[in-house]
Amino acid sequence: MNHIDIDRERCKSCGLCIDVCNKHLLEFSKDLNSHGYHPVELRNPEKCSACSLCGIVCPEGGVQVYKEIRDKTR
Amino acid sequence: MTETLAFGRTPLLTHNYMHYCPGCTHGVAHRLVAEVIDEMGIQDRTIGVSPVGCAVLAYNYIDVDFIEAAHGRAPAAATGLRRTLPPDRYIFAYQGDGDLASIGMAEIVHAANRGEKLTIIFVNNAIYGMTGGQMAPTTLPGMKTTTSPGGRDVAQTGHPIRVCELLDTLVAPVFIARGSLSSAKNTIKAKKLLRQAFDLQHQGFTFVELLSTCPTGWGLSPTDSLAWLDRNMLPFFPTKTFREPGAMPEHTAAYHPDLKVRD
Repeated sequence: MNHIDIDRERCKSCGLCIDVCNKHLLEFSKDLNSHGYHPVELRNPEKCSACSLCGIVCPEGGVQVYKEIRDKTR
Repeated sequence: MTETLAFGRTPLLTHNYMHYCPGCTHGVAHRLVAEVIDEMGIQDRTIGVSPVGCAVLAYNYIDVDFIEAAHGRAPAAATGLRRTLPPDRYIFAYQGDGDLASIGMAEIVHAANRGEKLTIIFVNNAIYGMTGGQMAPTTLPGMKTTTSPGGRDVAQTGHPIRVCELLDTLVAPVFIARGSLSSAKNTIKAKKLLRQAFDLQHQGFTFVELLSTCPTGWGLSPTDSLAWLDRNMLPFFPTKTFREPGAMPEHTAAYHPDLKVRD
């Protein structure tokens, strides 16, 4: 399954990734990180297409995107 | 199940927590510079010059050698590095608009005019960010800042300076381009410009301007800032490549560099 790894401690709740996600999968968490920001979380990872737009716009370099390699021989 | 890393944090960005405000595109610009240096494999041969301004601590975030220059004097310090270090070194200066276009205007124009083999990265957000959002030379007409609360009055303070266009009148530069960090698409384009500039650095002076945001100074949310940049800055600061090798504009091609004064 495609998924993204968000560095919770780096996130400053700027919301640029939320705005850029075409599938609207990103939301602010209700929890706070140690700097007092609400870090962004991925909801419904099964819908993520691993397009990497969230990582490209993130000013903190806090997003890593993982893409599933499907086995086409099956 | 196997998975591959589609987008990762470049190892050239250190693990330090960035001091920039939420949504500031300095972080994106740092990442693009780090990625370009990483892709070219020149980490151990690259020296950066950091400015005075918000990016004064750039050396904490990009894992290459850095020196810190006096306000606006990054091109002069970089010239010194270029002339004393072995020629295979890559030297870049990272400057903001208050640093480069205001106090450092003489240094940048003369470094460009001498054709120093440098890459200058100019982050233009139309405001002095670090000192509290004062009017910069690049502030747009009518734009409200803390020193122009009624909007910039061009009759009193002049019009914004377009640095790329200004440097494009000189003969020596080999690459001048303006990119924008206002969207993912523009960010990808901007990275290509940075790569071109670093590739051409050993041929002459290369200059990349990156239109950037200052959500805190502009008094807008990070997402509104990007929309504001697109709506207001792009018409005044068009994103394009002004100078490329082999493509001299007419006004400089008319001047013959080989022409010399006769005895």
